Amino acid sequence: MQLDLIAVQLFTGVALGAVFVLLSIGLSVIFGMLGVVNFAHGAFYMTGAYAGVFCLAVTGNFWFALAAVPLLIGALGLGVERFLIRPLYGRGPDYPLLLTFGLGYVLVEAVRILFGTDGMPFDTPSLLAGGIDIEGLGYFPAYRLFVIAVTALILLLLWLLLERTRYGLIIRAGARDPEILSILGLDIARVWLLVFGLGTGLAALAGLLAAPMRSVNPEMGVAVLVEAFVVTVIGGMGSLLGGAIAGLLVGIVVSLTALWMPQMSTISMFALMTLVLLIRPQGLFGRGLSR
Amino acid sequence: MAEALLEVADLNAWYGPAHVLQGVSLSVAAGEIVALVGRNGAGKTTTIRAVMGLIANRSGSVRFAGAAIGARPTHARFAAGLGYVPEERRIVPGLTVRENLRLGLLACGLGAAAEGRAIDAVAQRFPRLGERLGQEAITLSGGEQQMLAIARALLSQPKMILLDEPSEGIMPALVDEMAELFLELRRGGMTLLLVEQNVELALEISDRAYVLDQGRVVHEGASLTLLADPTIRERYCGV
Repeated sequence: MQLDLIAVQLFTGVALGAVFVLLSIGLSVIFGMLGVVNFAHGAFYMTGAYAGVFCLAVTGNFWFALAAVPLLIGALGLGVERFLIRPLYGRGPDYPLLLTFGLGYVLVEAVRILFGTDGMPFDTPSLLAGGIDIEGLGYFPAYRLFVIAVTALILLLLWLLLERTRYGLIIRAGARDPEILSILGLDIARVWLLVFGLGTGLAALAGLLAAPMRSVNPEMGVAVLVEAFVVTVIGGMGSLLGGAIAGLLVGIVVSLTALWMPQMSTISMFALMTLVLLIRPQGLFGRGLSR
Repeated sequence: MAEALLEVADLNAWYGPAHVLQGVSLSVAAGEIVALVGRNGAGKTTTIRAVMGLIANRSGSVRFAGAAIGARPTHARFAAGLGYVPEERRIVPGLTVRENLRLGLLACGLGAAAEGRAIDAVAQRFPRLGERLGQEAITLSGGEQQMLAIARALLSQPKMILLDEPSEGIMPALVDEMAELFLELRRGGMTLLLVEQNVELALEISDRAYVLDQGRVVHEGASLTLLADPTIRERYCGV
């Protein structure tokens, strides 16, 4: 096996992993704080890609779409939490789970009605169309570099938010003990609302970024939801660092098995998950069950 | 007695089908220390959780500082001036001592400078916490964690604080220090409602006490009178 092939595949894996990272962070933080297993997360990802298609059709500007889509779908997430999920708190985890499960189908069906059942083309923005050819190592598409850079930037911003601001302190404390925040005078419902909006906005961003790399179709969120759950379980529920590392790990493992054992590539992530769970049932960076 | 600061009337609470509070009424005047005693499962913790609005299934009236707060969410009761130090301290793991203290100030909307000054004041008042501000809070001893929980509740300068089992799992020397702190707080005009397993301690430092049994108030009176009556303690306060 040649070095250049491995390098390119590794790079592809990191870019794929970056999408997983964005997706699983939202899933993980929503579960960690709200206790909601969000089965609509894949649908928000898909809606993000379609909102991008729509933005591009209207404005023709990818950069506008990049800024608008997370805000748009994040706002949709705010509405979903406020009016659909909030009435279900305190009734056990299966109520929001079933609700988001159904909501996922509703979103997929709505997109089918609006955009049709066939896939949509999504061109790589012209500015990022080329690539970088490194002698002896291979050809690296600029768009994938861009996806990795955007993800790294988002991770940095999230880290700053969590570690350096009062909102971050609220989120970190709320992930461990939401009740203490109410006791200390914070309206926890508002915190949950914003966390859900943030998570869905990130899912939409992931969908938009993935659109030029993977095909855009109404079912694109189904497979990716499973992948995001696998990443979240490997990284540990509720852990930002865990989500980031597990996302990259899964992306790389999937890409490398596609290179060496193509027939194994669809199950390699599950094998990885099984292995991690056998050794660390709480995930790589999970805290396990406390209290 | 002047109008009570906290007035609880006919408080009922249920956990599923279990009717755990059955018409509890009590009142606390401004500047008083009132103790709530009784055996395990008598409903002491449930009473103060209901006062804070943390029990979903409840009925009855709660008036605080002249306003009916019984229908308000927990964070609004905090805003009205009710501080609460829950059972088991509820120090947030993964956060430093300083961050745990900052949690107590988040709802006050202070700027960074004012926040820093408030935490410096805590560090002076509780030197043991002051020396460990950067340390992960969960590594503190039980007594230090309790001090942290109390300091956190005091930072927002509440009108009254509700304390659930502050002496639990704390070494005796620190228990005395804590009792001294409560008396000092009262001298400063603070009002306290104290839930305690340690009946002797509770009755010694409080002005009045309520004895709870099976979700009902079975006795109330001056703490010294209850302290002098061995039958009440034997009947209702054995563990």
